[in-house]
Amino acid sequence: MIDLYLSLPIWVQAAIKGLIAIGFLIPVAGACSLAERKVSAWIQGRPGPNRARAWGLGYIPILGPILQRLGVFHLMADGAKFVFKEDVVPGHVNKFYYYLAPLVALVPSLCTVVVVPFGAYFDAASETLKPLILADVDVGILAVFAIGSLSVYALILAGWASNSKYPFLGGVRASAQLISYELSMTLSVIPVFLWVNAPGPEATLSLFAVVESQSQAGLFGGMWFVFLMPMCAFIFLVSLFAETNRQPFDMPESEADLVGGFHTEYGEFKWSIFFVAEYAHMTIGSAVFVLLFLGGWNPLPWVPLEPLIAGLPVWLGGLLGAAFFLGKTFFFIFLFMWVRWTLPRFRYDQVMRLGWQKLLPLAIANVIFYALAIAVIERS
Amino acid sequence: MSFKTVERKPLTLAERTYVPQILNGLSHTFKKMVKPNETLEYPEARPPIPEGYRGVPTLVKDPNGREKCVSCQLCEFVCPPKAIRIKPGEISADADTAHVEKAPQEFDIDMLRCIYCGLCQEVCPEEAIWLQNVFSVSGYTREELVNDKERLYELGGTLPDEHFKWDKKKAAEEAGNGAH
Ligand code: SF4
Ligand code: SF4
Repeated sequence: MIDLYLSLPIWVQAAIKGLIAIGFLIPVAGACSLAERKVSAWIQGRPGPNRARAWGLGYIPILGPILQRLGVFHLMADGAKFVFKEDVVPGHVNKFYYYLAPLVALVPSLCTVVVVPFGAYFDAASETLKPLILADVDVGILAVFAIGSLSVYALILAGWASNSKYPFLGGVRASAQLISYELSMTLSVIPVFLWVNAPGPEATLSLFAVVESQSQAGLFGGMWFVFLMPMCAFIFLVSLFAETNRQPFDMPESEADLVGGFHTEYGEFKWSIFFVAEYAHMTIGSAVFVLLFLGGWNPLPWVPLEPLIAGLPVWLGGLLGAAFFLGKTFFFIFLFMWVRWTLPRFRYDQVMRLGWQKLLPLAIANVIFYALAIAVIERS
Repeated sequence: MSFKTVERKPLTLAERTYVPQILNGLSHTFKKMVKPNETLEYPEARPPIPEGYRGVPTLVKDPNGREKCVSCQLCEFVCPPKAIRIKPGEISADADTAHVEKAPQEFDIDMLRCIYCGLCQEVCPEEAIWLQNVFSVSGYTREELVNDKERLYELGGTLPDEHFKWDKKKAAEEAGNGAH
């Protein structure tokens, strides 16, 4: 199996890996939409969607009712509904950009997954841990930021092409908000990479290297960066909420004052693409947070994965690593939902004030502080 | 001075960062999340109906199985939206309850008109019409939503009686006091 795979031409391998990643992300995004409904229901003291029952699957004893209670069939019904709805295009839109916007939303959010490692396996030949990753490029985090920030164009395009007031306001808000928080976000990861890249060996921005440096021996070596640099983690998390347009920062949508925000004029499948993109974005954002600050696939602080899986078969070790990593990622997706159903939305001016007057100075001070601290530690 | 100026304390640093408040809110919602649901899953689970609830108006029989309505038509006249239609009938002379004289031949309540006001129950001299605890009525046609006599008795069933008025009347009559 593995030999056959390795004997294929390189582009076929890449295509297979890409399809697997897409085949993973899209169902996860769908499951997120269901999870969102369930979490909101539980927080509000409701059972949530639990009525739909698929013919066949729903009638299996025990499993069927459990799936029904969890609302799994609602997920399928929702998905199918979007495909079969009438494709309505309002007469006043700019057709080309109107259709382009959902694609521009989806493509970057699926592309970032390429440089995000989602597990690690033990390579017996070289006796080291190798990342499970589509493209182990050195630019890592830079690629995530570069491609991920493209998604704002989708919102602007959607807002502009819809040619009506509310989407336009949503698009404008999206652009202002994403630009303001991107600064703090980028600044907040600088200390991490300053710490990871000790002077001497070749420098790297790869996310795998970040996890590696959280899995060393010793007090500082095994410490997850969330303990070492709590301020960075905090700033990164806040900006992540803003970047993924999640409550309390979902200005582009803010249905209370903008009807539906940038997607007011969108319906059926095009609308659902925006949502898949948003959830995919959220998944990648959570994954990056876990990699940067929560030790990636290491099960516990000061407990690296490598000795645990060294003796196991490659596939089992890889699966275990991926399981730890995905578990943490899913916790963060849950956190996003949890926060959404807890906090009210900020006002737009509050979002701007928070971004420029609070978070950005904090991020800059944070970079300076850690740069000095790291310089002092490395000197001694 | 009839109003009081509330002192507004300036926010502390911790409050201005929002963080303690957000954590507090998160713990609150988490507690809600693990608590049992507040809602009922309706058609399977039904809410308890309090006493005195005004549901669908129904006709009842007394514990001896006698239909209590004497078709006096007071309810028909009092009903504000004119939901009730009664066709009075005679009780045949050889029946056990011949001394009651009248009973409804037809009795229709149009549930599309009824406003659940309870005036019919209030006005009835025989305690024959009761608004009981049925609260969900549905049907596919307008005709289905008109409860006829049979349906009204089916919904109403039998209720306990405090007076047995007509039995007492009959007993009095047999004892020779029938003049009143
Ligand atoms: S239900 Fe009561 S008020 Fe109405 S006709 Fe019968 S006896 Fe009279
Ligand atoms: S409850 Fe009111 S509206 Fe309904 S039948 Fe009785 S009197 Fe008429």
